[in-house]
Amino acid sequence: MSLPLLDIRGLAVTIPTRDGERTAVSNVDFSVQRGEVVGLVGESGSGKSLSMLAVMGLLPRHFGISGSIRFDGEEICGASERRLRALRGKRIAMVFQDPMTALNPVKTIGTQIVEMVRLHNPGLSRRELRAKALSLLEAVAIPAPERRFDQYPHEFSGGMRQRVVIAIAIANDPDLLIADEPTTALDVTIQAQIVEIFARLREERGMAIVLITHDLGLVAGLADRMSVLYAGRVTERGPVEPLFATPRHPYTASLLAAVPSIDDVSERLHAIPGTPPSLADRPPGCPFEPRCGFAVSACRMSEPDLLRFDRSVVACHRAGELSLATLMQEPA
Amino acid sequence: MLFSPARTLERPRPRLSASVGRFVRHLGWRQAPVIFAVAVLVSLVVIAVTIPWWTPYDPIGLAGRRLQPPSAAHWLGTDALGRDVLVRTLYGARYSLPIAVSVLIVAVGIGVAVGALAGFLGGIVDNVLMRLADITLAFPPVLLAMAIAASLGPGLVNTALALIIVWWPIYARLMRAQVLNVKKLDHVDAAIVGGVKPGRLLVKHIMPLCWSPILVNMTMDVGQVILLAAGLSFIGLGAQPPTPEWGQMIAEGASNFYCWWIALGPGMAIFLVSLSSNFLGDALRDVSDPRGRQ
Repeated sequence: MSLPLLDIRGLAVTIPTRDGERTAVSNVDFSVQRGEVVGLVGESGSGKSLSMLAVMGLLPRHFGISGSIRFDGEEICGASERRLRALRGKRIAMVFQDPMTALNPVKTIGTQIVEMVRLHNPGLSRRELRAKALSLLEAVAIPAPERRFDQYPHEFSGGMRQRVVIAIAIANDPDLLIADEPTTALDVTIQAQIVEIFARLREERGMAIVLITHDLGLVAGLADRMSVLYAGRVTERGPVEPLFATPRHPYTASLLAAVPSIDDVSERLHAIPGTPPSLADRPPGCPFEPRCGFAVSACRMSEPDLLRFDRSVVACHRAGELSLATLMQEPA
Repeated sequence: MLFSPARTLERPRPRLSASVGRFVRHLGWRQAPVIFAVAVLVSLVVIAVTIPWWTPYDPIGLAGRRLQPPSAAHWLGTDALGRDVLVRTLYGARYSLPIAVSVLIVAVGIGVAVGALAGFLGGIVDNVLMRLADITLAFPPVLLAMAIAASLGPGLVNTALALIIVWWPIYARLMRAQVLNVKKLDHVDAAIVGGVKPGRLLVKHIMPLCWSPILVNMTMDVGQVILLAAGLSFIGLGAQPPTPEWGQMIAEGASNFYCWWIALGPGMAIFLVSLSSNFLGDALRDVSDPRGRQ
């Protein structure tokens, strides 16, 4: 395998609180190849957004960050603001969750796109900038871009705004696009269109995409590989298909089972009992142990290491037991 | 009134036009104070600018016999030196209005710059600048303005300086609070992620969203500044006789208390301007803040 575009190793984020440091993300490894779509899946608070904010250098200054984040071979964890600024927008771009707030409400969308293009291409003339901005609007399938150019964000629907947000993000053909729950705030038909745009970006521009989401359908449709995070740790990581077919970690399996299926005729939805552990009281063993239907005494004693199985990596003491994999097909 | 989605889409600059439309749609009595305020302020400005061309009397020269009650020749009577009170009152707008406006512009300029930097940079800068503002705010404004004006010496320019020193911290606080709020919005993060430098981030992405409370407050403060300036003149620290400044005129009226008309003109002028600026500020706040609207 060639050098990964983004290579995170042993990333840990600690948040100082009145009662001492709380570890929100620990020992996360994560890599993205050029042109690859990687899903980062987990519940709210599992650390998926924190890890990506760490990549962008957007975490508050008082948070503790350790580990290594390499972008295209260059260490950017703890890099200077100046260095990060040169990467941001030009080589790494980000799409935020809520398109309602991610655009500046008092500027036309044309101005906002032009600003982003000009920031990294200072030499362009007014006309070139406008042409480039219009072509970006076209690239994200906004009808009548000429007319839309001079409109304000509040004149756009949610889906249209998210397209504009994406247009701004891809303004300088970044190598890596980090999408933080890009479809969560949108309704389902719009979600499909956004997914289509992502798929085309990857195909036509060879853009690598990190999809932060809790929507497993989105990951299944778009991603090549995925990482599942739980309580700030990687629980399972691997290519999407085998992971969906035969999850090895009980948490992954529960997540898959929790997705309502149209074929499922049972009356109840499959929820995972309990809630993720709070930052304050992490159990000494496996963080998923209190909610896990397969926990044994070993799970309470020590945290499982990441072990390799076939093409994926799993952090579970019982991942080796084949019976487990089959058991999980029919969750209790 | 509802408007169709098609119409909303076609509007070229709906933020502004929607606000104006909303303004116009304020019904009957709701609109009255605004019309009143605008009428008073506009006519005062027009009078202040054009008065030398049509006034029958000199504001500092003899106009008739002294201490005359209101009559056809002198609508608001004459003062202790035989000057026409109405003409002097109207001339007073040439002092009070420019002072109020220039004090506010400078105070807002300083306050906005300080508040924006404090809110944006945070940390030590924030602490130093805001403690400075707190110290200023800790004094009763009238007392502080008096002390400053007294130490600088009487005169209109020094009064203005004193008022600026009293007023900037209010705007610094207001701006800081706005910046702190806007700074947390997603589009600011989006701009950072796009590689926007801090200076540009503050000026282009944060500050444009901070103006509306500042503007509203400014409008309301016009009356307050005129009041305080008049107060300083009244106790002899502002404009000096024979300048026809309102506060100064009231002071002259106070020494001839049985001639009620001398203080009536400038008193009414101060009252009308303060009231109008408050009406205007209220209306502006209603328009700019959808939550306050019914």
